[in-house]
Amino acid sequence: MNTSSSHHGEIDRRVFVKKLIEACPDALVITGLGSPSYDAYAAGDRDRNFYLWGAMGGAAAMGIGLAIAQPKESVLVITGDGEQLMGLGSLASIGAQGLKNLTIVVLDNGHYAETGMQKSHTSLGTDLASVAKACSLDWAIHVRDFSGIDEIAKHVIAKNGAGLANVFIKAEEAPKALPARDGVYIKNRFRASLGLKPF
Amino acid sequence: MCSLILQHIQFRLNMDSKEQSLIHPWKDEIFQIFKNGGVSQVTYVPDAGHAQVINHVWADKDMRAIPVTTEEEGVASVCGAWLGGEKAVLLMQSSGVGNCVNMFSLINNCRFPFFTIVTMRGEWAEFNQWQTPMGRVTQEAFEMMGINVLRADQPERVGEVVSAGFDAAFQGGDAVAILLSQSLIGRKKWGVK
Repeated sequence: MNTSSSHHGEIDRRVFVKKLIEACPDALVITGLGSPSYDAYAAGDRDRNFYLWGAMGGAAAMGIGLAIAQPKESVLVITGDGEQLMGLGSLASIGAQGLKNLTIVVLDNGHYAETGMQKSHTSLGTDLASVAKACSLDWAIHVRDFSGIDEIAKHVIAKNGAGLANVFIKAEEAPKALPARDGVYIKNRFRASLGLKPF
Repeated sequence: MCSLILQHIQFRLNMDSKEQSLIHPWKDEIFQIFKNGGVSQVTYVPDAGHAQVINHVWADKDMRAIPVTTEEEGVASVCGAWLGGEKAVLLMQSSGVGNCVNMFSLINNCRFPFFTIVTMRGEWAEFNQWQTPMGRVTQEAFEMMGINVLRADQPERVGEVVSAGFDAAFQGGDAVAILLSQSLIGRKKWGVK
């Protein structure tokens, strides 16, 4: 167990998220609090992005309700290892639903970047792709370089199952890029992109 | 003697009929409110008090039953449903409300319509006092996080209370929790005399 903070992964998170969203431009995206929300915003603000600024542990679970409500769309949850660890049970709930249109991408730096780079459980033994497989998701992969983007995008576009990509990124903080924190605005904007009206 | 024994058995059966496993008409009323109100997703952590509704949901071709492993997942999932244009409700028992507290900030910040029905434990003829600390503060936990609470104590009032809360949530955009009193649901069988 000699994983040092700089060697959990080699992928630049900002570049990865930008290329991923470019590869699946129609996806409905939910981002976990902290850096994943900043990454998605830095990649280009979209009406179809729902940025969480709190509700830690809820990103993947939010994806369940959304994926069921919008079976013709593809739902892409982009979150961090710490956020996903807090909602580990939601992987079991996803497995139980047999969804065709939900992809979870965990940007895994093995650390809690937002709070001072304390090691997370993925630096201390947990393999989230194995957890996802054990929860009967249709696919789960480890991604260690940019070639994984095509494989993730293929699943997102095909809507052929529920899956998780465990993406090993560098444990370094990118410059802050802050999306709107007004939840009502983000909610209504997202719904409007699906043709749904406010009250 | 024989008739005395029979009488006793009959008495026990009557007592049992007031216990938790009984089918209650008000439970069907709850399901009908969901059905008529266009609920597509019923998200839950099970409770014996919700079992009848959950069974109906699994049997209904237009509704999706979504068992979650912990109640806060349910909060997030029902918000996701609304984001996608569907009505979802959350069923849980009082002990689960404490698990949700931080996740309620999602409802609060984004002003999601929210509707949950909670079966109460720890407040009436409770055998297991481990249920009592959370049961005692269930209403406060909701109110602390800005969720309105309505309570149903009488079987004949359940439909009216649930319907009022349901409309406040999905027509008025409010966040509403309905507490179903433990006295409605009945005693849990423990096999202890």
